[in-house]
Amino acid sequence: MTYLRPQFHHPELPKNNIGYTKKEYEGSLSTLCAGCGHDSISAAIAQACFEMNIEPHRVAKLSGIGCSSKTPAYFLGNSHGFNSVHGRMPSVATGANLANKNLQYFGVSGDGDSASIGMGQFVHAIRRNLNMVYIVMNNGCYGLTKGQDSATADEGSKSKSGSVNPFQAIDLASMAVELGATFVAQSFSGDKQQLIPLIKAAMHHGGFAFINVISPCVTFNNNVGSTKSYDYVREHVEATGTIDFVPTHSEITTSYAAGTDTTVTMHDGSKIQLHKLANDWNPEDRIAAASSLQKARAKGEILTGLLYINSGYHDLHATLNTTDISLNTLDEKVLCPGNAVLAEINAGLR
Amino acid sequence: MPVNDFVIRFANVNGTGSASANYLFAKSIFRMGIPVSPKNIFPSNIQGLPTWYEVRVSEKGHLGRREGIDLMVSVNPQSMKEDVASVKSGGYFVYDNTKKLHDEFIRPDLNYLGIPLMEMANREFTDPRQRQLFKNIIYVGALSALLNIEFPVLEQLLAEQFTGKEKLIAPNIKSLELGINYVKENFQFPLEFHLERRDLVKDKILLEGNAACGLGAVYGGATVCAWYPITPSTSVAEAFENYASEYRVDPETGKNNFAIVQAEDELAALGMVIGANWNGARSFTATSGPGVSLMNEFLGLAYFAEVPAVLIDVQRTGPSTGMPTRTQQSDILEAAYASHGDTKHVLLIPSDPKECFEMTAESFDLAEELQTPVILLTDLDLGMNDHMCEPLVWDENRKYKRGKVLHAKELENMGRFGRYLDVDGDGIPYRTYPGTHPTKGAYFTRGTSRDEYAAYTENGEAYKRNMDRLMVKWETAKNMVPKPQFYQEKNESEIGILFFGTSTHSALEAKEWMEKDGIKTDAIRILSFPFHSSVDAFIQSHKSVFVIEQNRDAQMRSLLMIELGISPEKLISVLNYNGMPITAADIVSKIKSNLQLPA
Repeated sequence: MTYLRPQFHHPELPKNNIGYTKKEYEGSLSTLCAGCGHDSISAAIAQACFEMNIEPHRVAKLSGIGCSSKTPAYFLGNSHGFNSVHGRMPSVATGANLANKNLQYFGVSGDGDSASIGMGQFVHAIRRNLNMVYIVMNNGCYGLTKGQDSATADEGSKSKSGSVNPFQAIDLASMAVELGATFVAQSFSGDKQQLIPLIKAAMHHGGFAFINVISPCVTFNNNVGSTKSYDYVREHVEATGTIDFVPTHSEITTSYAAGTDTTVTMHDGSKIQLHKLANDWNPEDRIAAASSLQKARAKGEILTGLLYINSGYHDLHATLNTTDISLNTLDEKVLCPGNAVLAEINAGLR
Repeated sequence: MPVNDFVIRFANVNGTGSASANYLFAKSIFRMGIPVSPKNIFPSNIQGLPTWYEVRVSEKGHLGRREGIDLMVSVNPQSMKEDVASVKSGGYFVYDNTKKLHDEFIRPDLNYLGIPLMEMANREFTDPRQRQLFKNIIYVGALSALLNIEFPVLEQLLAEQFTGKEKLIAPNIKSLELGINYVKENFQFPLEFHLERRDLVKDKILLEGNAACGLGAVYGGATVCAWYPITPSTSVAEAFENYASEYRVDPETGKNNFAIVQAEDELAALGMVIGANWNGARSFTATSGPGVSLMNEFLGLAYFAEVPAVLIDVQRTGPSTGMPTRTQQSDILEAAYASHGDTKHVLLIPSDPKECFEMTAESFDLAEELQTPVILLTDLDLGMNDHMCEPLVWDENRKYKRGKVLHAKELENMGRFGRYLDVDGDGIPYRTYPGTHPTKGAYFTRGTSRDEYAAYTENGEAYKRNMDRLMVKWETAKNMVPKPQFYQEKNESEIGILFFGTSTHSALEAKEWMEKDGIKTDAIRILSFPFHSSVDAFIQSHKSVFVIEQNRDAQMRSLLMIELGISPEKLISVLNYNGMPITAADIVSKIKSNLQLPA
C-alpha cells in the first residue's frame, strides 16, 4: 500500500529564507522498520535542504535497490526521484548530471548496493569526480532480503542467527579516500548534530561528496556481537562524549560536546567548522586521512566527521568542458549543424 | 569478360599500412563513376595476422558481396595457400616475386603476375617503415595499369589525402609509377577484365555506416554519448566525437554543447544514457551483441519506467565472444525482447549509411515520443565498411519531436499530474523533467510497479492496467516506426522474399537473377519492429515467403511467427551465418533448391 502523510499542518509552521516550510521537504511516510537508522538520515537530508534554503524541485534524488534505496521516496516529495536498478545508481546519476548541471544531486545507496553489486560504478563515479552528494546508509547487512552479511560487515561480526562473518570488510570511506574522492565523511545515523552539517557541507562541495553513514538495521543486525549494532557503534565512535540510551523502537539522537574546532574554507568561500577531531587533524591531508582511518579500523573504532576534503579539483563537467547552460535546454538551433554543413560533408565523401 | 564487373581481393598482414593503399584503389574506381563495394575482412588483432580487403566492381550497381575472386593481390605469405585456393579458375594471382614462389602455390589454371614489390621498395626507400608502406602503393600502381585506373584520379586522391603533408605526395607518386612501369615492361595490359569510366555514381557518396550513425546523432540532437569500447561499434562513438568537436563547440565560449563519457562498462553506459534522457537530454550509446547482453536489465528498466534511450547495436558474429570481427544479424530476438519480464523494444534496421544517418536521427524522436528505448540494429558489414549510397540530406525546417513533456506553465494551469495516466488514449503518458516546477510535476521514477500517479503499488489490477497501457503504446508505435519497403506496385507472384539490413543488396540481386531464370518473386524489406500491418498483409497474400537473414536460428522468422501468428510452413528460411556478408548466389541456390529447381 501507499503511505501518505496527513495533509493537515499547522498554519504557522516556521519558514526558511525562501518561504518554504519544513513540511515541503518531507516525502511520503516511510515503510521501513520502526527505529531504522535510515529514517534518521532521510530526516537529516530534509533538514539540511530546509536549512540550506534550497528549492525542493531543484534537487534530484537517485538510488539503487535495497532498504536504503527506498528512502528517496521518504524525503523531498517535491523533488524528482529515480529508484534505478541494483548497484547502478552512479551511472544514472552521471547521465542525469551531464544533462543538467544546475540541479543538486543526491545519490542514496546502501552497503550491498555500493560495496558489492555496484562497486564498479561507485569507484568510477569517484574517479570522474561527479558533482553529487553520495550517501551510503551502511548497516552491514542485506535488510530487504532478511539480513545476510554484506561486504561491509566486519570480520568476526555476529549475525542475528549467531553466524560469524569470516570475510574481511570493505571500508568504503578508506576506499573513497584512496580513490581520490574530493570529499569524504563518515557519520552515524544516530548523530544528527554531526550528520546535518556534514550533508550541508557536502551539498556545497562542487565535486563528489561521499558520506558513509553507519545506520544500524534494527531488525536484522542489532544483536550482541554485531559491529553495526546501535550499542556497538555508540561505544566505538571515536572521540565521542556521552551516549544516551535509546529504546529499540524509537528514533535515535545523540549529541556530543564539541571538541576542538577547525575551519575549512570550501571552493565557493563557505566555511566548515569541524568539531570533535584531535587538535592536529588536517582534513585537507589525504595521507593523514587514510592513515587515521586505518588506525581507527585496527582499533575497531569508527572515525566520524569530515575526514578529507580537497577544494582544488575539477568536476566532470569542467573536465569535459561542457557549456554552462544545461545540455537539456539546447534545441535544434544550437545542436543541428544544418543542411549546408551536410552538403560539405557529402562533398568530402565523393 | 565484361568491363567493370569483377572482384579483387587483397591479402595483407594487419598493421602494415595496407588499409590506406587499398582504400586508394577502391576510391579511385568510385571516382571513375563506377559502382564499387569494398569490404574489410579483418582479424581481432592489431598487428601481424592476416587481413583481407575485397573490392567488388559492378557496372550494374550490385553492392552485395560476390563469391569468386577474379584477381588476388597476395602480399601475405601466412595466408598464401588459402589465397591461391580462393581464386576463380582462369583468374589472376599477383604476388611479390622478390623471392621465388614455392611450387605448392602454383595452380595450372591461374595466371601468375609476379612483381618484385619488396625489391623495388628496398631499392627506392631506406627507412624500413617506408619500405613497408610504399610496397603497398607499388601494387596499387601495378593494378592501375592492369585494370586501367586513370592516373590523374590517383594523383588527385593523393593530393587530397596529403593536404598539409605535401612532402608525402612525391614518394607516393613515385611508388605508383614503379608499379605502373613494371607492368608496362613485363605484362600485357590491361587485363581482359578492366575498368572503363562511366557516369553511374552520380552524386552518391562512399561512407561507413558507423560514421553515418555518429553524424546522425549529431544532427538528431544527441548531447550525451556514453559508451564502452567494443568492436565493431567503437567507431560510432568516435565519429560522434569527431563530428561534435567540429560542429558542436560554442564559437564564443569554446565550450562543448555535448558530453562524451567512456563508461566503465556497457551497463554503466546505458545507465548514463537513461539518466540523461530522464533528465531531458537526448542521449545514446553504441555497442555490439555482448554489450546488449549486459544492458538487458537497464533496457527493462527503461521500458517499464518509460524513459527514452537510444542504443545502436552494431551486430557481430555471436554467441559469446563469437567472431568479433565478422558480421551477423543475430541480435534480433535479444534486442526485441531484451530483459526479464514482458518487454518489447522498438527496433530500426537500416540497410545503408544514408539510412544509418536518418534512422539514428529519427531514433531520438521516436524514443522521446514513445518514452521507451529504441534500438538501431546495424551490423559489422554496414558499420565498418564503406558503402556507396545517396547523399545525406536534412530538412532545414525539421524540429525535434520531444514528445509529451509538460513544462512549468502547463503544470501551473492543470490539475493533478499523473505520470502514468493515459490522457490521450494512445498509451503514451506525459512526463516532466526534474527541476521544472516548485510544487507540481515531481514524481518518483522506478522499476517497481506503480499506479497512474507513480505511487508504488503491489495492487495486481493497477499493475495489469499499466502493462495493458504499455501494449496500447506498442500499438501506437506500429504506425510511427518506418514502414516496410516494397519493390513492386502490386503483388505478382505466389512467392515472396523478405529481407532486412545488409541482406538487402544481395537479396535484390538474387531477385533480379531469379527473374532472368523465370522465377518471379515479390519483395518486402523490413525496416522496423513492431511490424506494420502491411508486413502481415504481404505474407498472407503469398503462398510462401523466403525469409533471408544472416543468422543460424532464423530469428526474424521467429519474430514474425511470434508477433504475427504466421504458420511456420509459410516462412522458409534462407540463412547465411559463416560471418561473411551474404551473397546473391547463395540466396538463389537456396531458394532454387527449396523450389526443387536446378541451380
